[in-house]
Amino acid sequence: MGQDFVMLSLPPLVIGICAAVACALPGNFLLLRRQALIGDAISHVVLPGIVVGFLVTGVVATWPMMLGAAAAALLAVVLIETIRRLGRIEPGAAMGVVFTAMFAGGVLLLEQSAASGVHLDVQHALYGNLESLIWLDGWGWGALMDAEALRGLPPELPRIGGVMLGVIALTAVMWRALVISTFDEGFARTLGLPTGAIGLGLVAVAAVAAVAAFDAVGSIIVIAMFICPPAAARLMTNRMGWQVAWSVVFACLSAVLGYVLAGYGPLWLGYQNALSAAGMIATVSGAILGLAALFGPCRHRGGAPVENGAI
Amino acid sequence: MLWEALSLQLGYNATLVTLGAMMLGVAAGSTGTFLYLSKRALVSDAISHATLPGVVLAFMAMVALGGDGRFLPGLMLGSAVSAGAGLLAVTWMAARTRLAEDAAIGAVLSVFFGFGVVLLTVVQVMSAGRQAGLETFLLGATAGMLWGEAVVIALGGALVLGLVVLLRRPMALVAFDPGYAAGQGMRLRTVELAMMGLALAITVVGLKIVGLVLIVALLIIPPVAARFWSERVGVVVAIAGFFGGIAGYAGAAISATAPALPTGPIIVLMAFALFLLSLLLAPGRGVLAATLRHLRFQRRVHLRQGLLALAGGQPVYEPLTLRLMRRAGLVRADGVATETGRAMAARARLDERRWQMLRSDPAFEAAAARYDGLTPLEEVLTADQIAALDRGLGPEGIV
Amino acid sequence: MGLELVGSETIADASESPLSISGLTVSYGEKPAVFSVDVSFQPGQMTAIVGPNGAGKSTLLKAALGIIRPLSGRVTSYGRPLDEMRARIAYVPQRASVDWDFPARVLDVVMMGLYRELGLLGRMRGQHRARAMACLARVGMEGFANRQIGQLSGGQQQRVFLARALAQGADLYLLDEPFAGVDAATEKAIINVLKDLNAQGRTVIAVHHDLATVPEYFDRLFLINTTAIAEGPMAEVFTPANLQVAYGGRLALAQLGSAAAG
Repeated sequence: MGQDFVMLSLPPLVIGICAAVACALPGNFLLLRRQALIGDAISHVVLPGIVVGFLVTGVVATWPMMLGAAAAALLAVVLIETIRRLGRIEPGAAMGVVFTAMFAGGVLLLEQSAASGVHLDVQHALYGNLESLIWLDGWGWGALMDAEALRGLPPELPRIGGVMLGVIALTAVMWRALVISTFDEGFARTLGLPTGAIGLGLVAVAAVAAVAAFDAVGSIIVIAMFICPPAAARLMTNRMGWQVAWSVVFACLSAVLGYVLAGYGPLWLGYQNALSAAGMIATVSGAILGLAALFGPCRHRGGAPVENGAI
Repeated sequence: MLWEALSLQLGYNATLVTLGAMMLGVAAGSTGTFLYLSKRALVSDAISHATLPGVVLAFMAMVALGGDGRFLPGLMLGSAVSAGAGLLAVTWMAARTRLAEDAAIGAVLSVFFGFGVVLLTVVQVMSAGRQAGLETFLLGATAGMLWGEAVVIALGGALVLGLVVLLRRPMALVAFDPGYAAGQGMRLRTVELAMMGLALAITVVGLKIVGLVLIVALLIIPPVAARFWSERVGVVVAIAGFFGGIAGYAGAAISATAPALPTGPIIVLMAFALFLLSLLLAPGRGVLAATLRHLRFQRRVHLRQGLLALAGGQPVYEPLTLRLMRRAGLVRADGVATETGRAMAARARLDERRWQMLRSDPAFEAAAARYDGLTPLEEVLTADQIAALDRGLGPEGIV
Repeated sequence: MGLELVGSETIADASESPLSISGLTVSYGEKPAVFSVDVSFQPGQMTAIVGPNGAGKSTLLKAALGIIRPLSGRVTSYGRPLDEMRARIAYVPQRASVDWDFPARVLDVVMMGLYRELGLLGRMRGQHRARAMACLARVGMEGFANRQIGQLSGGQQQRVFLARALAQGADLYLLDEPFAGVDAATEKAIINVLKDLNAQGRTVIAVHHDLATVPEYFDRLFLINTTAIAEGPMAEVFTPANLQVAYGGRLALAQLGSAAAG
């Protein structure tokens, strides 16, 4: 049992958790800045990014595609901002214009390349392939101490793990500046904070997290993790620090429960094949959000305002 | 080939699909305008992604009942039901919790879509690996479409378009000024629901052609493009419908000419091209026109400020002001005023003093409200009125 | 981020204007909201910025602080570019400019005023908390430190913003409509705090819209309606003629009548 678990389930679980946390952390700030849907936009433009990455280099390999995806994400962010400012268009509509057009371009290029006999896996980009990220050298718990065996870990694990640690470190270092500029941008500017750069940096971090995560788990989870855990967390508490803590808990819970339900659920019901882990993780995060929306202690706006008598 | 496609000579199916796509485009463009004007463009994103579980569940139900799982009207019904549930979830969350609408949209679209993917794998499990072909709903596909399906789409497009035409007045009123509409005794919620319902209908009809990811584009891009051309709701709706129609018609026709030209993306890219044209070239709101206007305005402001400084004998610090004044021949390279510069400065000073007089006189209250530092007094008052003002000014009145 | 100490020892150079604006023009679109304004605010004084709705009062303040970008103009503070003097300037924005649904307590908001002192990573110590509490006490809100900000009334929100500015320990206080939509008790509390600050030699500049209370609350007046109309001691500037230029017509006369009666 221990060996099976370490070999087959441990890597996907850890990867799922890392991806969920890496997306949920910036998601908290995007949510409060009313930019929750930037995650949606970013994950849609990942497809054209990987297609272009492939067309430019001509090889189906991870790095060119990830670089392509990251470039596409940044391009999308810049385009959205440019179109919003130049055309004086509301942000939601600007996002809608940019990500659908880029996605359409991606699909078109994909069909063209498929016509020339190359096969790129669209579904992989959408759903990821969490279940296949197994660790053949993981002979048991002891393998975690075995340098030889560790080298056989799926490469997605160190990648998304590193990105998660980077996101955690950045969030911790930039915490005060992020909170102040998210709450009161004008005041932040009078403190001398570079609010424009902070906003752009946040979106860039989100883009990096999204690209690293989609590679391992597909873009559905990415959108869900940007929004659902932070949104559920907002309904649990009225303090920023606690909100972020709750969102991390919910992200981990979604990853673990989603993976287990997708992998073992059908077995319990007597079927052989597993279900989509990515889809199930998104579903679980939605269920958590649903529960928080129904029962969360801070689900309503404001609360009873205390009138001026009590001074 | 392209000409034959555009002139509808590629067979019945292609013709029906092209006409259906055009009607869908017109309906989507005009409906989307109402959503865009009420700042809810991305609600359509939630609606479209929320169709997936319905499509798969409908497939499963029809198979379980022993029918053909891919029967299009059945799948459309299923997608409508689950998109409706998604829409309800968005509205409920935005109204009943502290979450903003954008968060509700994102949550619904990702969770419904994720659940739909889980259901897709359930179908694979049930059918032991046989492809159900439902993936075509993600990206849309018109190749190999059945005659019956083409008819359903064309009829659906026509029906939705008819509804939009029927409901355009109340929807325009509500999108433009909900407060006034409510004052007119209009039931806001009913009209809003109709708007969303139409967006949902468009999504359902367009699913098979454009796919659920890209149907959103038809609801968003034409309205955004149309908005550049007019300030009037009715006109924007019409232009958006026109743009949508062109994109649908040309996109479907072009894609019929070759297998590697998928319908959905071509339609969307056509719409995007129209958007780019509008963004850059539209008079008034277009980028080119706006930039030119801004530069001209900036020049006017700097020159006026510079002239007033000259007249007051103050130094001009701003390098841009100096440069503009030099280029206009108002100051020499060393910063000293030229003959014209002095004359214009005197004029600017007189104008400013007249304004000062006018603003302190209650009789000119309406005219005074037009003061912005730039408008010449001649635009506001008649020559006689200015002469009257000047009498109050004295030979060299104080400023 | 600097750890420079912000304190009262910096109140020197009493002659330098804490905020000097020249040739400032700001426009939204094609119509200037503020046109070619030159004004130097006097140190150690309480100045009201007054003008009708849409006269560019808030716009002037925001452009001076670099929150919005002007079309032209120069701004200096204590004789230096404003960016170098940020540590000496505290700004109280309009209450409605933020989302009060933000997950924060009253104390969290006040602590934001300590940012320039703490920097990104400086440790929050007991003395910082004590200072923030003392600032809350000065506006009469010490009992609300742990309250979620969304549960405050308008007047309480305004006091929290003022407490945050107090925590900055600045020499120049810029307030945007501090009395808008607050209850009478809050208005009184705020003006008392501002007068205290002024008594300590600090400069207070506030956008104000109530002509009836202007002469009572402030020493100096800056009248604006797109362009600068007049700046100077209250008695010299608060005249029917000037108000006529700023407000145009009956409104000013009516307001002036009520001011004279009060």
